[in-house]
Amino acid sequence: MAATQSPILQIRGLAKSFAGTRVLNGINLDVPRGSIVSLLGRSGSGKTTLLQLIAGLHEPDTGTLVIDGTDMTGVPPFARPVNMMFQSYALFPHLSVAENIVYGLKARGAPRIERDRLLAWALELVRLEGLGARRPEQLSGGQRQRVALARCLVMKPAVLLLDEPMAALDRSLRADVQKELTEIQRKVGTTFVLVTHDQDEAMAISDYIAVMEQGEIVQFGTPREVYEYPRTTFVASFLGTINLFTGSLVARAGRCQLVTEDGLEINANRATSGADGTRRTVGVRPEKVSISRESTHGANNFAGTIEQLSYCGNLSHATIRLSQHRVIEATVVNSDHTGASTFELGDAVHVAFPVEAAVVLSS
Amino acid sequence: MKKSSLTLVERLTIAIPFAWLLTFLALPLISVAALSIHVVADSIPPVAPLFSANQGHLALHVSMRGFQMVFEDPLYFVAFRNALVNAALTTAGCILIGFPIAFAIARSPARRRNLYVLLAILPFWTSFLLRAYAWMGLIRDSGPINALLLFLGIISKPVAILYSPTAVLLVMIYSYLPFFVLPMYAVLEKLPADLLAAASDLGARPAYVFRTVTVPLSMPGIVSGAILVFVPAVGEYVIPELVGSSSTMMIGGILWEEFFQNRDWPLAAAIALVTFGLLMLPALLLRRRLGQLAAVS
Repeated sequence: MAATQSPILQIRGLAKSFAGTRVLNGINLDVPRGSIVSLLGRSGSGKTTLLQLIAGLHEPDTGTLVIDGTDMTGVPPFARPVNMMFQSYALFPHLSVAENIVYGLKARGAPRIERDRLLAWALELVRLEGLGARRPEQLSGGQRQRVALARCLVMKPAVLLLDEPMAALDRSLRADVQKELTEIQRKVGTTFVLVTHDQDEAMAISDYIAVMEQGEIVQFGTPREVYEYPRTTFVASFLGTINLFTGSLVARAGRCQLVTEDGLEINANRATSGADGTRRTVGVRPEKVSISRESTHGANNFAGTIEQLSYCGNLSHATIRLSQHRVIEATVVNSDHTGASTFELGDAVHVAFPVEAAVVLSS
Repeated sequence: MKKSSLTLVERLTIAIPFAWLLTFLALPLISVAALSIHVVADSIPPVAPLFSANQGHLALHVSMRGFQMVFEDPLYFVAFRNALVNAALTTAGCILIGFPIAFAIARSPARRRNLYVLLAILPFWTSFLLRAYAWMGLIRDSGPINALLLFLGIISKPVAILYSPTAVLLVMIYSYLPFFVLPMYAVLEKLPADLLAAASDLGARPAYVFRTVTVPLSMPGIVSGAILVFVPAVGEYVIPELVGSSSTMMIGGILWEEFFQNRDWPLAAAIALVTFGLLMLPALLLRRRLGQLAAVS
């Protein structure tokens, strides 16, 4: 059916100012049905405001917001087919787990039979069977999050909004809770739109990431797309670390080649428009950089000296000095447990990275 | 806790409130209790000593007459009942008026809240008696309230408010209101805004949010405010004396009369003790309820 293929949430030209300050600037976003989409950005990037506009807590200055085919302009928060999971989870401390979960159904006046049915369904879904009589204070952080999730899911929202879902949890718990969250989402198929400032969390749980900066979505794509093919230097350095090379453009055989001020010739992954001499920046992720003792002939192959080494168990991070003003970061997997092929500080080495790994960025 | 684990400073810290309670609660209470079993005498002070030496024998003079009178003479029962009803109505009035005030202060912009709290307790800056007399002027037959009602044609002849139970209630609610507003405000101000937002996000209308979230979570404030109003209101003596009717006797007035006019100190002490007992029972019950509520919030 065509209807199920259309985006569940369509945002066009959304803008919002608070006290004369532009917080959101022409946001366009299509959220595919049944997906998990992260709004990723630093504080002040506008991600929370965007979530609040979707929830209806604020009205946009301009632009439209369509949820499941219905224009939400002027629709009050309680009448929107969305629910919000708060950063604090906002569980009612004076109510039991079960009473918390059915709160919205009761407020809506749902009959008791339906409430009981949905309660049983939700408790099983979030694996809290038998804990319905507990008070929120008697639960662990992860369990509280699941109660908050269940309380929203029984409302069968078209879109579930999650505000920093992991922020209230201990760091050590997050990996497990992220897994649980995605498992529950797969089971119910509800569309999740979540706000986070943590790029690892966004990558781990999202189908799509919308990277936000200064009130705009600077890139939208799958975690892999956004990580491997960042569009701007901001996206590239916000999601993980990256080596940046800035230089003037030399077009050779339809492929982009860059010559840096210190004379390095970098071959990049795609053709680029622009006259010779245009300044461009190319990024290379550290794990794409390989280190060897001998020079391997080919493009993007440079000699240098190991200046810093840190061993992190599964990985080692190396800083290699290529010239007086330039170092390159390389991350290597420690696949050999004997450490036979390891390098020492001060070793003269050659670094290389594939042409495909050098991504042309716009600043 | 093991005794040896307490440092001198810790012991002193614990000792200070204990000493306070002993000096200002236990000792007066014990002396009142002792007074209540004395025998009345025509002397100064108007009681006979508990012990006297009589021909080499130690004689003990005790009497339960005070308690006997309190429990047998219906005058005291009626006075207790009047005082409790009046205190209960005062408390109810303070909740009905004080809750919206505290709610409004807690919901106002943060920088204006302190000003509003100041305004709420501003009447304390002037003498209580002065304010009571001001009320007497306001509600007397020829006072401005009656004049306004007459002018508006709501009444055709002045309503006798002064020297009636209504006047007592009016002035008592006015006087005790800040004692309710302050603890109520303290609780409402701390009510997490997230919870209210979550409730309305789940589709609850404002009235439903108020009933199911705001009120239950503000119970600790309602209870402590109610105790602060109810307990002193039961023993209130000045307001009924100034603006009340002489036919509606309250226990505070009776106590004053027995002590100062009839000079029956043991009876007055017995009345004080029974009042204390009457108040402790509900206060303890409320405290337990408050403890349960505090545990969940």
